[in-house]
Amino acid sequence: MYNLIGAGLIVIGAGIGLGQIGGKAMEGIARQPEATGKIQTAMIIIAALLEGLAFGALFLGK
Amino acid sequence: MDKLLNDFSPGLFVVQTILLLLLILLMVKFAWKPIMNSLTEREEGIQGALDAAEKAKLEMQNLQADNANLLKEARAERESMLKEARDIKNTMIEDAKTEAQTQANNMIAQAQAAIESEKKSAMAELKSHVAGLSIEIAEKVVRQELSNKDKQLELVASMLNDAKLN
Amino acid sequence: MKVATQTFKFYSLVLMLFVSAFAMAENTTDPVQNSGGQVDTKDKVDAYILHHIQDSHDFSLFSYTSDEGERKHFGFPLPIILWTSNGLRTFMSSEFHHNDDGHVVVEKNGLKFAKIHSKIYELDGAAASVAFDETHHATNAHKVLDLSITKSVVGVLIIGLLMLFWFTGLARQYKKRQVPTGFGRVLEPLVLYVRDEISRPNIGEKHYRKFTGYLLTVFFFIWFLNLAGLTPLGFNVTGQVAVTACLAIFTLIIYTVSGNKDYWMHMLWMPGVPVLIRPVLAIIELAGAFIIKPFSLLVRLFANISAGHIVVMSLIAIMFTLKESLGVVGATGLSLVLSFFITLIEVLVAFLQAYIFTMLSALFIGMAVAEHDHDHAHDEQGHEVSDAEDVRGDFI
Repeated sequence: MYNLIGAGLIVIGAGIGLGQIGGKAMEGIARQPEATGKIQTAMIIIAALLEGLAFGALFLGK
Repeated sequence: MDKLLNDFSPGLFVVQTILLLLLILLMVKFAWKPIMNSLTEREEGIQGALDAAEKAKLEMQNLQADNANLLKEARAERESMLKEARDIKNTMIEDAKTEAQTQANNMIAQAQAAIESEKKSAMAELKSHVAGLSIEIAEKVVRQELSNKDKQLELVASMLNDAKLN
Repeated sequence: MKVATQTFKFYSLVLMLFVSAFAMAENTTDPVQNSGGQVDTKDKVDAYILHHIQDSHDFSLFSYTSDEGERKHFGFPLPIILWTSNGLRTFMSSEFHHNDDGHVVVEKNGLKFAKIHSKIYELDGAAASVAFDETHHATNAHKVLDLSITKSVVGVLIIGLLMLFWFTGLARQYKKRQVPTGFGRVLEPLVLYVRDEISRPNIGEKHYRKFTGYLLTVFFFIWFLNLAGLTPLGFNVTGQVAVTACLAIFTLIIYTVSGNKDYWMHMLWMPGVPVLIRPVLAIIELAGAFIIKPFSLLVRLFANISAGHIVVMSLIAIMFTLKESLGVVGATGLSLVLSFFITLIEVLVAFLQAYIFTMLSALFIGMAVAEHDHDHAHDEQGHEVSDAEDVRGDFI
C-alpha cells in the first residue's frame, strides 16, 4: 500500500519535471525555431536523466 | 529492488555478454569498418570534387582577369606601336625634307659654281678668241691699210665700233 | 549476382529455421496446468503478463483449448544448459511440459531440476519434489547457473544474425557503387545519423571514430530488439535486466578504460575545490561513475520496455476483463483502439530508448575522453568556474 503511494508521488514529481522540460523546450523552440535540433537533443537528455531517476526511485521502492 | 535482483538471471547475463562481445567484434570487423571507410572516402571524394570545382571557378576568374589584362595590354601596345610608327613616319618625312633641301641647296650651289667657272672659262676663251680675232683683224687691217691711208683709218673706226658691241 | 545468391542462402536459412520449428512443434497436453490455461480472468491476465515479462525456456507461439477440453501448446522447445553443482547438464525444455510452478521434476544424471516462475532450481539432496513455504519460495531447492538458449537468447541470435547479414551486405555494396541500393538505402541514413548526430557531437572530432563501432552496434541491437518485442513473437529481450545490465556494463567498461588523465583527476582530486571537500566529492563522483550512471542506463531501458509490454498486454486484455460491463463488441473495440495507439507510441519509444541509450553512452564516453587543453576558467580566488559540462556531469 505504502509503496503504491510512494509510486504515485514519484510519478507526480516526474510528471511535473517532464512538463517543465517539455514546456520550456517548446518555448525555446517557438522563440528560436532554428535551434530546434539542439533544444530537442538537450531536452531528450534531461528527460532521460529525469526518467532514470524516477525509475530508480520506483524500483528502490518496489 | 528485491524484485529487480530476483529478475536478474546470471546465466542470461553471461550468455548475453558473450554474444554481445562477439556481435560487436564481428560487426566492427565486417560491417562498420568497411562502411565507415567507404562513407569517409565518399565524403572526402565529394568534398574534393567541390573543392576542385571551387578552384576551377577561381582559376577561371583569374584567367578571365588575365585575359582582360592581356587585351588591355595588347591594345596599349598597339596604340603605342601606332604612335611610334606615326612618329617614325613624321621624322622620316622631316628628315627626307631637310635632306632634300640641303641636297637641293648643294646642287644649286654646285650648279652656280659650275656656271660661274664655265662663265669664267667662257669669258677667258672669249677674251683669247677676241684677242686672236683682233690680232687677225689687226693683221688684215694692217696689211690692207698699209696700202691705203684713208681706208686704214676707216677700218680702225669700224673695228672699234665692232669691238664696242662686244 | 553474388548478392542474389547470398539473399537466396539467407532466405533458405530462414525457411529451414521455420520448418524445423514447426517440425518440433509439439502438441502436448497438460491437464493440471494453471500457467498455460485459458487466460480470461483478471488474475490470470496478471499472471500471464508477469510470465511474459520474464524470460522463458520454450518458444511458445500460441496455445488453445481443443474441443475435448485439452490444452494444446503450439511452439517449439529450446535447449536447456545448466551449470550445476555437479557439472554440466543439458536437456530440452519440453521435458518440463510447460510446467512453471515446480511440480514437474526432471532428473538428469542423478540431479533433479524443477522450473519455478521461469527459473530453474536444483533440488537439494534426496528431495523428490519441491517444497514451498507460505510465501511460495522453494525451501529445498536452489538456483543454478542457467546458460540455456532461452527465448531471449534466440532473439539476440536472430537479431545479431540479421544485423550481420544486413550491414555486411551494405558494406559489400560500397565496393561496387558509391550509393547503395535497396535495403541499404534505408540503413545508410541510420548509420550516418548515429555517426553524425550521436557519436561525433558527443565524443568529439578527435576520438569519435574509435567508439562509433560500439555505438552503432548497440544502437541497432537495442532498436531491432525493441521492435522485435512489438511483434507477436513476443520477445522481451531488452526488458530483461540481465541484457540491459550487460549493455550498461559494456558502456561502463568502455568509458572507464578509455578515461584519460583529466577525467580521473577531475573525478578523484578535482582542481579548484577546497582540499577538505575533495574526498567527499571524490566519493560522490566515484559513485556517480560506477553505480549511478550504469544503473540509470540499465534501469531506464529495462523499465521502459517492460512497462511498454505490460501496457500493451493490459490493453489487449481489456477484451476479457471488461467483457461483462461493455459487452463483447465494446470491449474488443476499446481494446483494439487503445492498443493500436499505444503500439504506435511503443514504436516511437523503441527508437527513443535506443537513441537515449546510445546518446548517453556517447556522452559518458565523451566526458571520459574530453581533453581540457583550454585550462579551466578560474576566477580570482582560484575557484573553478563551473562550466556547462561539469554541471551536466553533476546531474548524471
